[in-house]
This record gives sequence, C-alpha cells and structure tokens, in this order.
Amino acid sequence: MKVSMSVNGVVQDHDVEPRTLLVHYLRDVVGLTGTNIGCDTTSCGACTVLIDGQSAKSCTILAATADGSSITTIEGLAHGDELHPVQAAFREEHGLQCGYCTPGMVMAAVSLIDEHRTPDGGTDLNEAEVREGLEGNLCRCTGYHNIVRAVLSAAGVSLPGPGTHIAATVGGGQS
Amino acid sequence: MIPAAFEYHRASSLPEVFELLQAHGDDAKLLAGGHSLLPLMKLRLAAPSVIVDISRLSDLAYIREEGDSVKIGALTRHHTVQHSDLLKREVPILPYATSKVGDPQVRHRGTIGGSISHGDPASDLPAVALALGATFTLTGPSGSRQVPASEFFQGFLETALAPDEVLTEISVPKVPSAGWSFQKFNRRAQDWAIVGVAAVVGNGTGNGVALVNMGPTPLRASAVEEALAGGSSAADAAAHASDGLDPPADLNASPEYRRHLAEVLTRRALTEAGAS
Repeated sequence: MKVSMSVNGVVQDHDVEPRTLLVHYLRDVVGLTGTNIGCDTTSCGACTVLIDGQSAKSCTILAATADGSSITTIEGLAHGDELHPVQAAFREEHGLQCGYCTPGMVMAAVSLIDEHRTPDGGTDLNEAEVREGLEGNLCRCTGYHNIVRAVLSAAGVSLPGPGTHIAATVGGGQS
Repeated sequence: MIPAAFEYHRASSLPEVFELLQAHGDDAKLLAGGHSLLPLMKLRLAAPSVIVDISRLSDLAYIREEGDSVKIGALTRHHTVQHSDLLKREVPILPYATSKVGDPQVRHRGTIGGSISHGDPASDLPAVALALGATFTLTGPSGSRQVPASEFFQGFLETALAPDEVLTEISVPKVPSAGWSFQKFNRRAQDWAIVGVAAVVGNGTGNGVALVNMGPTPLRASAVEEALAGGSSAADAAAHASDGLDPPADLNASPEYRRHLAEVLTRRALTEAGAS
C-alpha cells in the first residue's frame, strides 16, 4: 500500500506492506537509523519519535496509521551544526552513557517540555514531573540522574546542586 | 517482531466499518490507537487477517456534558481524557486513573474506547468504568444500544460487543462531590497493575468499588459494596475484597498475594475516598 508522510519536513512517498511498523519504515525504508529499536514491546521508549508533535513509540504504530502525519525523528532536531536545546543540554550535562536510549529519551523530553510550555516561553516542569514524564523511557545504563538534569536544564529550570535529589512522587496524589 | 500479514482497510465512516465487519466477520479486528492490539499481533498471540483502522473517525473523539453525565467518544485519546478540565471537575477519578495508564507515549496514542473494548482484566479504565457505573453505547448496522459497564465484561478478553458492533461512546455520571480513589500496585512505573482498586463513594446512588487483575474480567467488588451499604467501616468492608474471587497466578504474584493486595489496596482506597 502507498503511504505518504512528512519526515523531518521532507515528504516521503513509499509502497509498504500493511504490517510494516513505523520504526521499520523510518529505519529501513526512509533510511533514518537514528531511531533505535530496543525492547520492541512498547516498554523501553528507545524508538520514540514525534507524531504531529507528540511523543509516540514507533514500534507500536503501523506506518499505514501514520500515513498523512508529520513525523520528527532525532535527525530532525538540529539545525545544521546547531544542536536542538535538548540535545545540547544532554551533551552539557552528560545525559548519556552508552547512548542507546538517547534518541528516544531526547524525543520524549522534547514532547514533555513542549507540553509544559508557559506563555512566557519557560516551562512549569519540576524534577518530579520530569522523572514521571520520562517513565516510558528506560536507560540501560541507569544514568537517569544526569538525564533528568539535562531535561531540567533544557526546560530552563535551575538545576539542583550536586548531591541533592528530590524523590519522584508516587501513588496517592489527589492534590 | 513483525505482525503476521493482514489486509488493511482504513474506514472513513461508521457505515463503512459495519460493511467491513460484516464482510470479514471474525477475521477482522478494529484498530484504534493500537496499543492493546498491536503488541499482541507482534507476539503473534493475535493474527487477524483483516485490520479495520478506525483511528480517523474523528467524530468519535469528544468529551461533552449532557445533563447529569459526561459523554466521551470512544476514540478520545488517554492524553485528552487526562487533561480534560471538564472531567477533572465532574468525574475526577477518570482523568487521574487515566494518568496512570502506561506512559506518556502510550497515552498520546491509546484511546479510552480501545482500552475498554479490549476488556483486559489487568487494565485500569474498565475498573474505573465499573466503579463509576458507566454506560457504554454499542453501535451496529441496525442502530445503537446502551449497555451498563457491569454487564459489558463477560469473560477473559470477551465483552458484550457483537462481531459487527463498535463501542462508540462512554457515558459517565457526574460525581463532583463523591469521594474517590484509584490505587494501582505495580513493580515498575509503566507496568500493568498487579492489583488495582477504583472506588467512588457517597455519590448518592450507592458506592462503587471495582478491582483490576483479580479475575478473568474487570470486576466489581460486590461484597465490599454490600458491606459498605450495611454500615461497615473501611477496614471491615475491605476484608471482603476478594470474597468469591479466583485471582490469577503469574510471575508477579500468587493468588494469595493478590488477595492480600486487594484487601490492603481496598482499605487504602476506601480510606482515601472517605468511606466511613
């Protein structure tokens, strides 16, 4: 079947099998291999891309369903040599170790920050919300601390000092 | 992992959906957000030969007030439900519980109708629908019928939906002043609940208490509801949480552990909801 979608601003037209998953379409058909396949079971978030601006796990979406939408992958964030602010923050705060989860982590963070934008151009995120907002992304190196610092930095939140840590809130929560 | 091959149809209207379902019968499955069905297809636990993609039926994505209830179109995504100011005000347990479904990526894609019509005893929203006393609209080629949540879940992944019917709307009563709680116990952030409890108390029409993952279907905790109606305390009522139930065993929990969790979580839920 024919599918047509914008990938990083470029319209792509291809003929695919209906069962083609979006992540395979992006990697094998479009040729953008920055999006990684991790668990392949909707758990780890390595394959996270933006569909019409919202984070989604591309291992659990058919290319057929994404037909007509606008996809952003990790390759679509930087402008030439200028890194996207979230990418720059990951580099600055050492928000990666082996790097396998990083493309998905960055895309999830871009979507999270976008949803928390305030009219003044800042965000209303705090550390607990970042930790909860990244619950769909697993870092195999368990390097969450610097990942959270990177996302807070990119979100314009002043970083907690070395050694400080605010636990994520869990459960209850009718407030 | 790649699903088995299938024929793909994207429906642009409900009549087209009915035509496709009638033509292909049991071989066809509906695809909305795909976050219940596609994982099963990738594992080859499901291998429908025809997929009817209904995700473009945007007429079925809405949240609106109607008298004493709020009507939610079946294709409304979890993210939209979670952030609905109307639901936060009138039916606060629903957006809160929805915020605990999966993770942000899953909630961007998954739909309330897909989650409910999948009928998985381990998913959160069917129990919330039971506790609220929700009503579902099932639409088929010859019209619509209303089915209470309590009659919808009939067996493991089996619902009252006929092969040519589509869940089109979820109607939930406004309960702005009712006490409520949603308790979900899982080991990792995005896991399914090992056991969960939804409670809505003091809404004028009795108390609703429902359980996640305590049997083959989403369940009402009838013995707890009866104990509350009879004046029992939260702790005494919670002691009946697993009465008559046969919870499953899996890698996460034995039936005994689930019974224990059900009592503890029900007690917490009733206490948080303010059941006396």
